[in-house]
Amino acid sequence: MFYKAIYVIVSREFKRFFRQRGRLLTTLARPLLWLFIVGGGLTKIIDVDAGANYLQFLLPGVMGMTILFSSVFSTISVVWDREFGFLREMLVAPVPRVTIVIGKLMAGTMLSVFQGMALLVVAPFLGITIELVDIFYIFVVVVLISFAITAFGLFIAARLDSLEGFNVIMNFIVLPMFFLSGALYPIDTLPQILKYVTYVNPLSYGVDALKHLMLAGGEGITLAAEMPIYFDVIFLSVFAVVMTTLSARAFERRG
Amino acid sequence: MPLAIEVKDLVKKYKNANGKEAVRGVSFSIEEGESFGFLGPNGAGKTTTIDILCTLLDQTSGTARVNGFDTLEDPHGVRSSIGLVFQEMTLDNELTAYENLKFHSYLYNMERRLSETRIDEMLEVVGLTERKGDFVKTFSGGMKRRLEIARGLLHRPKVLFLDEPTLGLDPQTRRSVWGFIDELRRRHGNTVFMTTHYMDEAESCDRIAIIDEGRIIALDTPNVLKRSLRGDTIYLNTTDDDRAAVELKEIFSLDVKRLEGDGGLALIVESGEKFIPRLLNDLSVDVLSVNLKRPTLDDVFLHMTGKEIRDARVSNSTENARSVNRRFSRR
Repeated sequence: MFYKAIYVIVSREFKRFFRQRGRLLTTLARPLLWLFIVGGGLTKIIDVDAGANYLQFLLPGVMGMTILFSSVFSTISVVWDREFGFLREMLVAPVPRVTIVIGKLMAGTMLSVFQGMALLVVAPFLGITIELVDIFYIFVVVVLISFAITAFGLFIAARLDSLEGFNVIMNFIVLPMFFLSGALYPIDTLPQILKYVTYVNPLSYGVDALKHLMLAGGEGITLAAEMPIYFDVIFLSVFAVVMTTLSARAFERRG
Repeated sequence: MPLAIEVKDLVKKYKNANGKEAVRGVSFSIEEGESFGFLGPNGAGKTTTIDILCTLLDQTSGTARVNGFDTLEDPHGVRSSIGLVFQEMTLDNELTAYENLKFHSYLYNMERRLSETRIDEMLEVVGLTERKGDFVKTFSGGMKRRLEIARGLLHRPKVLFLDEPTLGLDPQTRRSVWGFIDELRRRHGNTVFMTTHYMDEAESCDRIAIIDEGRIIALDTPNVLKRSLRGDTIYLNTTDDDRAAVELKEIFSLDVKRLEGDGGLALIVESGEKFIPRLLNDLSVDVLSVNLKRPTLDDVFLHMTGKEIRDARVSNSTENARSVNRRFSRR
């Protein structure tokens, strides 16, 4: 019914993304820096007997990180739109507020999926072989993570009215979310108190699901998935639905 | 005549500002095709009222109807009837002029072919045809304003809201912006609701409401409002103001205001130019300077509220009259 409005909101986000050269460059460079500079160095000092080497272990984590940053950065556009007034143009249009939420959510999800999936290209160079059918499952999981985290970002962005506030959020929520997601080392190695944080972190479940699909598991293998994959998928789905509802509500609110 | 806007006992209390009421019981109605000016200083409640009428804010109490739709019960109906030009810029700098208008046409569900011709037409009207494919970030303030007006009118809204549409523009651009708006009104007969604190802009409205501290303190045509002042103001400087004041009272039985600061007298008479010769003839003290000022909405506002509409004022009145006004306002 309001597909035209949704379409135009999505297409605007895409235009903006591809026009911002710096953002495009960061998007491509950040995961590669993590993989080859951080991962490349650490893989030499981390000695594992079985399963994946550290570089291979890092790939699902870096995919998760890419999605996390991409999704959260997409939602900054809401704050940006508010600061530069464009949000008002959308708020007074004869379309339900939820249209804006759906549009932003779809754009953020699609951009993240695109960036996350693009990283699969490096998998063969790391010695990871992925079956064709697994690529499909990975795609599903990547969509789910992107959707969940974009919805989460949207919920936060709906409440922020300055870009400064957004930077604070970046440092106090997004970076810990990355570090405490099992992306860089297994969650099991964390002290108990930090483990609790990982339990409510949607990215932990996302990265874990990706590990299921990309790394070999089994007895005695430490660098592998740690939770059942069905639980990962259920948690992400529930989280996505809750966050979508909350952010739709946040937009519906009027002074 | 059907009503374009109908507002009854509108009240808006903000939660944060110690429950202070930004709008304190405002009522008015605007007929279709009318241009209506909302005049008042910053913080008088102008933007709050517009935001309520545009469904961006919910009122605390009272009702507001736009084009027959209740703002609370049918915000969607309201939104499809209105066009807006906001006080602040609401264009996307990263898009071109065309893309900004295209975005708007999609949001308002305009038919594709219609939107293309309308975009060209509106760009022509605001003189931006040549800049169609340029990014908005390369535009000057005046060009952005014009583009916003083109956008606000793209879907042919029944009611056009203009919240300080010429704020921060130079006089020349202000004139051309009003030229566009008047032209479009003539052609399409839109209802225009605008807020401003430029007096000369308000004077071109069919009716004006003067709003101060959340209340409408006067509502009428510009002429009636000016007439309510009953005459011209004469500013007088003499060698002996005390004696002049006494004489004015005795000879003409006029109420004379003493001005603070540099001194001088101010009096209101029915017809200034006829009175000045008599004044010069009959006064026994020497007159140093006489200044005649016809009533403007500035004076009306000053008269009604006891304060000037804004601090840094640009108006047509003379420098002298301006400083006198300042002195008045300090009382």
